[in-house]
Amino acid sequence: MAHLLYLLERRSSLYLKKSELIIKVGMLKDRQQRERYIKKLFFGVALVSITILFLIVFFLFIEGVPIFKVVSIKDFLFGRYWYPTSDPPDFGIFPLIVASIAVTAFSSTLAIPLGVMTAIYLAEVASHRLRELVKPIVELLAALPSVVIGFFGMVIVAPFLQNVFGIATGLNLFNASLMLAFMSIPTICSLSEDAIYSVSQEIKEASLALGATHWQTIYRVIIPASLSGITTAIILGMSRAIGETMVVLMVAGGATLIPTSIFDPVRPLPASIAAEMAEAPFRSDHYYALFATGIVLFLFTLAFNMIADHVAHKYKQVGTATL
Amino acid sequence: MKRTRAASTGKGYPLSHARKTIQKIIFSLLRVAAAINGVALLVLVFFLVKNGWCAINWTFLTQAPTDSMTQGGILPCIVGTLCLSLGAIAIALPIGVASAIYLHEYARPGRLVRVIRLGINNLAGVPSVVFGLFGLAFFVTWLHFGVSILAGALTLGALSLPVIIGASEEALRTVPQTYREASLALGATKWQTIYKVVLPAALPGILTGAILGLSRAAGETAPIMFTAAVFYTPQLPTSVFDEIMALPYHIYVLATAGTEIEATRHLQYGTALVLIILVLGMNLIAIIYRSRLRRRMHL
Repeated sequence: MAHLLYLLERRSSLYLKKSELIIKVGMLKDRQQRERYIKKLFFGVALVSITILFLIVFFLFIEGVPIFKVVSIKDFLFGRYWYPTSDPPDFGIFPLIVASIAVTAFSSTLAIPLGVMTAIYLAEVASHRLRELVKPIVELLAALPSVVIGFFGMVIVAPFLQNVFGIATGLNLFNASLMLAFMSIPTICSLSEDAIYSVSQEIKEASLALGATHWQTIYRVIIPASLSGITTAIILGMSRAIGETMVVLMVAGGATLIPTSIFDPVRPLPASIAAEMAEAPFRSDHYYALFATGIVLFLFTLAFNMIADHVAHKYKQVGTATL
Repeated sequence: MKRTRAASTGKGYPLSHARKTIQKIIFSLLRVAAAINGVALLVLVFFLVKNGWCAINWTFLTQAPTDSMTQGGILPCIVGTLCLSLGAIAIALPIGVASAIYLHEYARPGRLVRVIRLGINNLAGVPSVVFGLFGLAFFVTWLHFGVSILAGALTLGALSLPVIIGASEEALRTVPQTYREASLALGATKWQTIYKVVLPAALPGILTGAILGLSRAAGETAPIMFTAAVFYTPQLPTSVFDEIMALPYHIYVLATAGTEIEATRHLQYGTALVLIILVLGMNLIAIIYRSRLRRRMHL
């Protein structure tokens, strides 16, 4: 009897569990549904960045393309005179493009060796304590507001250059390149440092075991192994230099001429946009021309970034087999 | 036997001596290159502190500019910069963290993720002046916000988004996989795991990223030139549709477009010093905080 009662009890409790189970299954389905919605929500948010990028392109073109009713694309890109306020106006941004390229090239010749060498030093040579000290300095250098660097170039470096080289103005191509190098060294350095630091320990050890010195190992093994990372770093550093605005606005001098010497004042693309936007009447030809200049600048940096991305993915070092 | 040992230690071979010398020379060169960076930062900070220190006093920090900006203080600029950068972070932080969560926790590697990442990388590379143009065309003109705090904060938010996504993703990466597995094994769903386990563990790293984004937004000039900042406004802002003054733009204006560029030199130095104290201070806090975190993670 007792046994039967026990069995009955057990059965009823089983039933109870079953009904609970049904509720639980329902809850689970609810939960799964909710999980799916949450995932979709996050996916939507992740698309915001790319949406902003599209909006940037869209609005640049909306506001920039009307200028090509006034001048042809060829005359705009290769016209040698930029006098947007004279009558009739000239909208040729060739001197600005040349200035941007010159400033970027000169700053890179300074920034690439310095940045990469510092990176090698930090990743391979420096003691742990020194590394902990120098890395933050490089990061602080990267965080300096560009307007402060521009200000520094204007009030300290420009008079200095004027005195030392005996030139008419210290605000010129050379000064701008110097200040831009300041800005792109941290980018180049910290990205290449990451690349060099992540080269696997085994291949370093293998090289040292073969009798190579530390420098030979760095030069023949570590740098080739991290070359794609270093190249990416250099391209991104150059992209930062060509897009940098405040520095070139304040220290490049502002003359819309094709430079013939390194001490000529110039007016790179971003400087022209920043300096003239305030005075260009809303939706005038000048306004459209500045947006079109923005398109050119955007395409320059886009190209740099695409190349960097391509290099980073295609020539990625996977294991030791591709060395 | 003896000879091979000699060869392996490299003693008695002139070639090896030359190799060591070359290495020494090159390592010193590398050291010099690294030192140049430190010296550059020191020189810049030294000149700014030397010339700007005497300009900073209580009046300078708490008064508005007077006498057509040749006297007085920079209070409106400090308030403006705080409004803009805090506004930018308030906009960019939720979006940035959510994007990072999607990329790191939900997304499977594939073409779609690759495209999203490419978009973020390219957004990070867009020149600041182009952000300014975008803000002018989209927020100021198309959405009719006018030159305002709102337009400026949105523009700066778009600009600091990649910084925050990058930092948050790094923070998520440092959360050990075992945390997630333990939570899932207890029957928690993915979202519960993320919300209750992963996010709290990643929070310090995310905050570091937020500080870095804040300092980036505070120091930018070109994006706010057409969207938020003006030469001079006498009042402090009362709504998000007011135009404002900001520290970086104030430096630029005083240094290039003022009526008395030489006479206001001390104000320029003072403003620059306040700005770099603000920006480098925030960065220093973030760096110290992060290195502490990393040490804790390794232990």
